[in-house]
Amino acid sequence: MPGLITMDDLTNEEIISILDDAEQLLPVAKGEIFLPLLQGRILGNLFFEPSTRTRMSFETAMKRLGGNVVNLGDVKTSSVVKGETLYDTIQMVDGYTDIIAMRHPRQGAAQYASDSANVPIMNGGDGAGHHPTQTMLDLFTIRRAHGTLEGLNVVLAGDLRYGRTVHSLSHALVRFGCNVTLSSPEALRMPEEIISDLRNQGADVNETDDLLSQIVNADVVYMTRIQKERFPDEDEYHKVAGAYKLHARDLDDAKAEMIIMHPLPRVDEIDSSVDSTRHACYFEQAFNGVVTRMSLMCWLLGVKVPSDVNTMGSEI
Amino acid sequence: MSVQEASMRRVTAIRNGTVIDHVPAGKSLSVLKMLGLDGSLSNPVSLVMNVPSQKMGGKDIIKVEDRELTQVELDRLALVAPEASVSIIRAYSVAEKLDINLTDEVVNVARCTFSNCITINPREPLPHRLVLTNRDPLELRCRYCGKTQDVEALVDNLL
Repeated sequence: MPGLITMDDLTNEEIISILDDAEQLLPVAKGEIFLPLLQGRILGNLFFEPSTRTRMSFETAMKRLGGNVVNLGDVKTSSVVKGETLYDTIQMVDGYTDIIAMRHPRQGAAQYASDSANVPIMNGGDGAGHHPTQTMLDLFTIRRAHGTLEGLNVVLAGDLRYGRTVHSLSHALVRFGCNVTLSSPEALRMPEEIISDLRNQGADVNETDDLLSQIVNADVVYMTRIQKERFPDEDEYHKVAGAYKLHARDLDDAKAEMIIMHPLPRVDEIDSSVDSTRHACYFEQAFNGVVTRMSLMCWLLGVKVPSDVNTMGSEI
Repeated sequence: MSVQEASMRRVTAIRNGTVIDHVPAGKSLSVLKMLGLDGSLSNPVSLVMNVPSQKMGGKDIIKVEDRELTQVELDRLALVAPEASVSIIRAYSVAEKLDINLTDEVVNVARCTFSNCITINPREPLPHRLVLTNRDPLELRCRYCGKTQDVEALVDNLL
């Protein structure tokens, strides 16, 4: 059954179509209109590691469309702790649900689940692998801000080695002809196979450890969290993290329409002084997770989104 | 005597068994490991390393007596010596020449070398699948985690 494991599972035309449907569904995502397109459908939320936004937005998305959700719950109290294989867990949930959203600490778990299941699997993050539903909401956010996905200058900054959101996003951006600049400390560089993939797709990928110098030409600056545990000692962490922190004062020369994004949660990467600038886009980005996941679930379940939801739905 | 003849005469002809020629120079020990020829079996095995080759510059040759390689074993061989030529010998003559065709996907030959791959759990039942992404130089990626494989390390991950 087709699911969404990596962005390679979608053509550019399919991405655009899903984003167009998401635009239509905005009043439903905001709770202004009730449109039960997925009534009678059940989403299985399988989060084998912590998640706040992804899990909640999947759940909200399904409920806004009139469907139901069953959760794996705390892994510590599930059959996983008894040593159940992922294969067996998927066999069980496959029988209970119509579609599965999944996050797992092991890389490749989503593809493995997809090969085991009859219902569509949506990868909500697999180790340091991919996070394509985050990419869909990121693309939605970028398109709403700039009116296009094509030819933009996008800076991906912070932890590019372990940050799975930027792995999926970089692939998608390159497919739309964006210029991608990778800005990270040496120890947290983008994995070589991803850079190789991007270059094989014809991308001119630039790497730099100087984030601030890239802001003036950027249309999008995508920040990620640098995690303390990635460094051998705290001094080294503070030295590196300091170089990847944005303040409002760093944005004086930025283009007016430049947006700053972050998959959240942030720790120190974006100072709160940025929140009140016109560039801050990360909270809108988090909201967009609901509407893009609504659209994605409709697409994966073969449910057509009406071109005018106002005439189809009922006011709340 | 030609270079080729000199190479072949370094070891005597075998009556029955398998000759693996055109193994990349220095890779024959990996080939033996991949074939499970670790000395615990009684078959005589002859090994010639770093002999001159017009085609390859240098090559290794392995002769295994009284054993004919199967296609499954050939699949394993493709990971370290995809260009090797294999001859089945019966009564001192070449009875069959086998091709090593590196398939687009290597299934259940070796487990992914990435330490955080989902397939690291030996109880997970789906087949181990390594996808060929480049033939020369050889590049394989795990179907599940997508990691490029350390081809040298795959010898230690044979199933």
